[in-house]
Amino acid sequence: MENLKKTPLYNVHKELGGKIIDFSGWALPVQYEGIISEHQAIRNAVGLFDVSHMGEIEISGGDAASFVQRLITNDISNLIDNQIIYSPMCNHDGGILDDLLVYKYNSKHYLLVVNAGNTQKDYNWIIKNSQDWDVSIKDLSNKYSLLALQGPKAEEVLGQAIDMDLSELQFFYFKPEANIQGINVLVSRTGYTGEDGFEIYCANEDVAKLWDLLLNLGKDFGIQPAGLGARDTLRFEAGLPLYGNEISEDITPLEGGLSFFVKLDKGDFIGKEALLKQREEGLKRKLVGIELERGIPRQGYRVLLDGRPIGEITTGYRSPTLKTNIAMALIEKEQATLGQEVQVEIRKKVFTGKIVSKNFYKRKK
Amino acid sequence: MKTPTDLLYSKEHEWVRVEGEIAYVGISDYAQSELGDIVYVELPEVGEDYEVEESFGVVESVKAVSDLYMPISGTIMEVNEDLEDQPELINEDAYENWIIKVKIADKSELDDLLSGKEYQEFCAKEE
Repeated sequence: MENLKKTPLYNVHKELGGKIIDFSGWALPVQYEGIISEHQAIRNAVGLFDVSHMGEIEISGGDAASFVQRLITNDISNLIDNQIIYSPMCNHDGGILDDLLVYKYNSKHYLLVVNAGNTQKDYNWIIKNSQDWDVSIKDLSNKYSLLALQGPKAEEVLGQAIDMDLSELQFFYFKPEANIQGINVLVSRTGYTGEDGFEIYCANEDVAKLWDLLLNLGKDFGIQPAGLGARDTLRFEAGLPLYGNEISEDITPLEGGLSFFVKLDKGDFIGKEALLKQREEGLKRKLVGIELERGIPRQGYRVLLDGRPIGEITTGYRSPTLKTNIAMALIEKEQATLGQEVQVEIRKKVFTGKIVSKNFYKRKK
Repeated sequence: MKTPTDLLYSKEHEWVRVEGEIAYVGISDYAQSELGDIVYVELPEVGEDYEVEESFGVVESVKAVSDLYMPISGTIMEVNEDLEDQPELINEDAYENWIIKVKIADKSELDDLLSGKEYQEFCAKEE
């Protein structure tokens, strides 16, 4: 653990009894009380994550809008100021370099929020591709800390202390400058849990104060600090991909279930040719959901059809919310039909399952 | 962490309670705490013979799969079927909820196991 990077809250996590693990080179808590209890707090009430390890890359300048448009597969042309969009960023082969959020301040100023483990790779890629553009690129990852307040009670908790009417902040919008009892923050209505919630960016020196403040404000609502374990079970139930599991440089967004975020008609962007070609030739693999009666499918386990391997589990759990054994899997496209019976090989035994929608959990509006 | 002194322990974090020719086997409080919320226990077949250090089953937490290892050689006489529907019982009390009941094959193997005090020292080093 000595060589790992630490967020400013490292000691706070240890004091709270957080079990620290190595996540992409960062020392972060996988759990405090327990994954299931933290998971349920966020599904039913509210929870707080330290996600300061996430990377933030700023792109500004006269060409910022067209440069971002070239980097990512989604279309930012209809974004208004203070709106956010989710997008894959591909290499020239259409492989996914990362999946990220684009925060638009204005057409000359964007912030890309990227996966911690990919920050350096993304930054190098963006710099390398920026040669002929009037843009300035800054890695701000070490300046920002980031807390995620998630769950159906998140608005009530944060609403007690922030100097704005949160009911006016819609899903996938942000307010660049807000104030929480003297602390300057950027607040967005975003998250990675399938619940309502907020992500709150602040200066490193303020984050310990903000963390304590939010936990106090949430006390009467049953708030729990939550670790990476619950973060993963929550995003998984909501059908959200994790870089390194569902998606990677070896998978295109079309195969990875992210076609909705690929706008092939928006003009030129990196990876477009490869993706167009793949769409014409037809996909070979597809990301699906699988439900099993018995046996917990785990990453890397083989998916079979009548004894023949047709793919692999990318993430699997006994779902804390649904109490079923479910997985996401990348399998041959021809077999990827809802209701199709398949088998999963678990420790040399074969268990029967069926293909289901990977949006296992949808919150009630 | 609870480490009852009337039990024996293996370095793979199983505990053993000897009653004559029979032994009850479970996992330690330290093990359940390290694993976190347990969601599945794969139990062996009654009547099967296992060698010491052989894997006889699996315990799965939310995040991880861990093998269970025989602390001694023997024959499975009974498995704790309550764990099939309520694997979380192990989190609630790791010593009350044994996993297998074994007919001991070779009592001399018990000498290789750790006392409660030795096991506690062993866990402290694992930290």
